[in-house]
Amino acid sequence: MTTRNFMTVSFAALSQNEAFARVAVASFISQWDVTVEELEEIKTVVSEAVTNAIIHGYEENAEGVVRISVSIEDGLVDLLVEDQGKGIEDVDLAMQPLYTSKPELERSGMGFTIMENFMDTLEVVTAVGKGTTVRLTKRLSCAKALQN
Amino acid sequence: MSLRIATETKQDVLVVRLQGELDHHTAEELRSTVDGILRNPHIRHIVLSLADLAFMDSSGIGVILGRYKQISARSGEMVVCSINPTIYRIFEMSGLFKVIKFRESEAEALHVLGVA
Repeated sequence: MTTRNFMTVSFAALSQNEAFARVAVASFISQWDVTVEELEEIKTVVSEAVTNAIIHGYEENAEGVVRISVSIEDGLVDLLVEDQGKGIEDVDLAMQPLYTSKPELERSGMGFTIMENFMDTLEVVTAVGKGTTVRLTKRLSCAKALQN
Repeated sequence: MSLRIATETKQDVLVVRLQGELDHHTAEELRSTVDGILRNPHIRHIVLSLADLAFMDSSGIGVILGRYKQISARSGEMVVCSINPTIYRIFEMSGLFKVIKFRESEAEALHVLGVA
């Protein structure tokens, strides 16, 4: 058993903070025995969720605040990315591969698909006009090895 | 780490070498750089050389597909080479390899397009 550890970081909804968000989460998680591949996957999903919050949640309004919370207990990474933006009207549609509400911005519509593929679980809680929380979990392979 | 973009034209092929991180923030720079060069109607093909690209997310897929559409409209091809394993999986997941060829090296990619 390991002690639960967690961190929270809040930042302005500016695109230059996407790289900061990835690095912040990656350096926190690097305290554990994580593989390069797992770290890359986690950085990618952080980038996807934060980019969604900035582009869709806040429509690039820099006054918006994006909050990331990460906790780890017994090798289980629990990652929350929250915004108080406009919310998602139709979550099922938003999660369809290649669907994007902003094709004019050359968005690929692959964000949620990548999140689902790179993590073990994905949960989206959203309310129009209130905001969106994306919750992603992943069990690290070092923890899987200990269980066996 | 941001994105560094190096470009070189070889006959009718535009070689784009990326170094650093391609995300929503840096995608715009890649879009405007490549679109500026594509104003030259003699360029038909693009080779994307990703050996030094450390990170890419779905914003990268969007900007690459956008450039593919332009090249495809002039009956050209896009070939991508030297991709790290995580980025390779993102390409695969997005179905990009259905329209964009993959080669291990830049030399092989250029060879496919008839440039020695």
